[in-house]
Amino acid sequence: MGVMLDNPPSPQSPPSRGGEVFFAKELKLNTDVILLGHGSGGKLSHQLLDELIIPTLSQVAQSDQNDAAILEGIDSTRLAFTTDSYVVDPIIFPGGNIGDLAINGTVNDLAMSGARPLAISVGLILEEGLALAELREVLQAMKAAADKAQVKIVTGDTKVVPRGKGDKIFINTSGIGVFDHDLKILGNAAKPGDKILINGSIGDHGMAVLASREGLDLQSDIATDSMALNHLVTKLLAEFGENVHVLRDPTRGGVATTLKEIALQSQVDICLQETELPITQTVAGACSILGLDPLFVANEGKLLAIIDAEKADAALALMRSQPEGGGAAIIGDVVEKSSGRVMMQTAIGGMRAIEMLAGEQLPRIC
Amino acid sequence: MKYAGEFRDPALAKAMLATIEKQVADYPGVITLMEVCGTHTMSIYQHGIRNLLPKQIRLISGPGCPVCVTPIEYVDKAVAYARQADVVIATFGDMVRVPGSSSSLLREQASGAQIKIVYSPLDAVALAEKNPEKIVIFLGVGFETTAPTIAGSIVEAKKRGLKNYFVLCAHKTMPTPMAALTSDPELQVDGYICPAHVSAVIGAEAYKPLAEQFKVPCVVTGFEPLDMLRGVQMLVQQVLDGRAEVENEYQRIVKPQGNAKAQALLADVFELCDTGWRGIGMIPGSGLRIRDEFAEFDAEKQIPVEVEEPKEHEGCLCGEILKGKVTPKDCPLFRTACTPENPVGACMVSSEGTCAAEYKYGTD
Repeated sequence: MGVMLDNPPSPQSPPSRGGEVFFAKELKLNTDVILLGHGSGGKLSHQLLDELIIPTLSQVAQSDQNDAAILEGIDSTRLAFTTDSYVVDPIIFPGGNIGDLAINGTVNDLAMSGARPLAISVGLILEEGLALAELREVLQAMKAAADKAQVKIVTGDTKVVPRGKGDKIFINTSGIGVFDHDLKILGNAAKPGDKILINGSIGDHGMAVLASREGLDLQSDIATDSMALNHLVTKLLAEFGENVHVLRDPTRGGVATTLKEIALQSQVDICLQETELPITQTVAGACSILGLDPLFVANEGKLLAIIDAEKADAALALMRSQPEGGGAAIIGDVVEKSSGRVMMQTAIGGMRAIEMLAGEQLPRIC
Repeated sequence: MKYAGEFRDPALAKAMLATIEKQVADYPGVITLMEVCGTHTMSIYQHGIRNLLPKQIRLISGPGCPVCVTPIEYVDKAVAYARQADVVIATFGDMVRVPGSSSSLLREQASGAQIKIVYSPLDAVALAEKNPEKIVIFLGVGFETTAPTIAGSIVEAKKRGLKNYFVLCAHKTMPTPMAALTSDPELQVDGYICPAHVSAVIGAEAYKPLAEQFKVPCVVTGFEPLDMLRGVQMLVQQVLDGRAEVENEYQRIVKPQGNAKAQALLADVFELCDTGWRGIGMIPGSGLRIRDEFAEFDAEKQIPVEVEEPKEHEGCLCGEILKGKVTPKDCPLFRTACTPENPVGACMVSSEGTCAAEYKYGTD
């Protein structure tokens, strides 16, 4: 086993505030929308930080705030470090909002490398006029997601852009993770014979956001699948160790794009079985009406695990026993060493190729 | 969607394929069937149908992708409108990437043009109502499947008294181009897989003159894989029997006379006109234009605009592909100069275009 983190940062680790050290007196936010002044670095900025952002995200005393977060006790020669920006419209959608998305996304990127997520930074870019109530809802969702993933928000920054120069709220999160083992979970490690597992249904997040943005009445419940997958990864790695060859979360571009990336990186052919793909009737129906392919629709709480065939059934059983993997399925095989093709055997027995999309999927005319 | 699953049943598909194989086992030649609908093209690729069929059956794609058959002049005009300061172009998604002579709507959007992708023309009407200071121009493209909804949007705009909602109309109809194709001596089509949703509007009987005049079998066929296989099987049987009739595989949706309400709406707002098809040319009486009674909503009549000289891309075989004369792989630009990232011709742009389908799903 690799390096253990014997002294992880304590919950009391002071958060930093990106160079804006200021000890404000008790002030009240007497506005219900974000004003340009909230990004000025002056009093309004500090009001926003001290009365809304910091209390919601970390509840750390002002006297403990500094320019940078100090992460102590990381005695490791190997760290995982990732960053991601979130620009979703609408910012609040069925089953979640941009806040938990921004935490879960970065947690999952760390987890897919096999790392244990430790600390996260949050950069907020707010558009003038954003309702404080919406910001509060987003921040609360961030805090709840971080707590659930057992990761700490340790530093952050807030800027405000003039109305029309942003889209309500953009969030950047970066994350640091540590390795509790010396496994190498990389995209180039898929081997012929491996099985491809997914922890649940495909395309829920993308369709939930699309339906919400466009006001499509699907007459059915559809919600984002956004969730942290680090606990599931920890269990998979503890149980199956080096038999887990690749982990990847199929976010933008969907399952198809992610598998194509893996096939190219590992120089293997992948064959999916259409009949095994877990797709809800709502997502399948909505995609069919709009001319979209669920394989290319984004997920935010799904992982693709490429696992040694001998352990695949056991890994499937483990996934299904976990809250993050109730709908898990084995959806295909790594078939041979090759130039990196992804194929799918269709329900009626035909074969088709799966390529990356050129740009966005666009709804068709008829 | 539960309903659709029943039309993808692997065991039934296998049985249907065995039937087709038996039908043509002793057939000496090749039976060429053309699908005239982009959704059929996609279905054939998506389900891998082509390589499941016996070698005696050849499937070719016709001019049924609405984006693909829209002339380059139309795209140029849309681009010219998009460049005007107060104009918002409202459109279905497919259109935004179509290359015009020198630009596309997507490129104009990046330069500041206001392009709004909508899912229904009524969304465009609402957009116009909400933004009275803007001129909203909806790109009216597509066959009888979409045309009634655009007709409906014009009626609705009139009802709401809107003065800032316009349609740039390039609607096309079926089955007139099928007759034009069938009379092309270079093209040998033994049977037509007739469109599903278009037929829901115009009715299965609409193909009767085509079948009778040209002695060509027509089968109205649904989009699900079992529909497609059954449609092929029915067409093959007609060929073997020497029959040329209109049959309806998609009876659960398509009625012999079609949808009277949609037809009436079309007739109220539009009238037939001659229209150009990209890659094919002018086909008399195959298009729809806005009637004079609704001229106030006709973008071309109300909003003059200067449009660049149309310039088709050299070497592009979209025209021949749309006529089913060649396949994408015959085109020297396919996968080289022409890719989904950098489409040269319309067949590569639309998600339902033959080249896009071949590029995305083709297995060799």
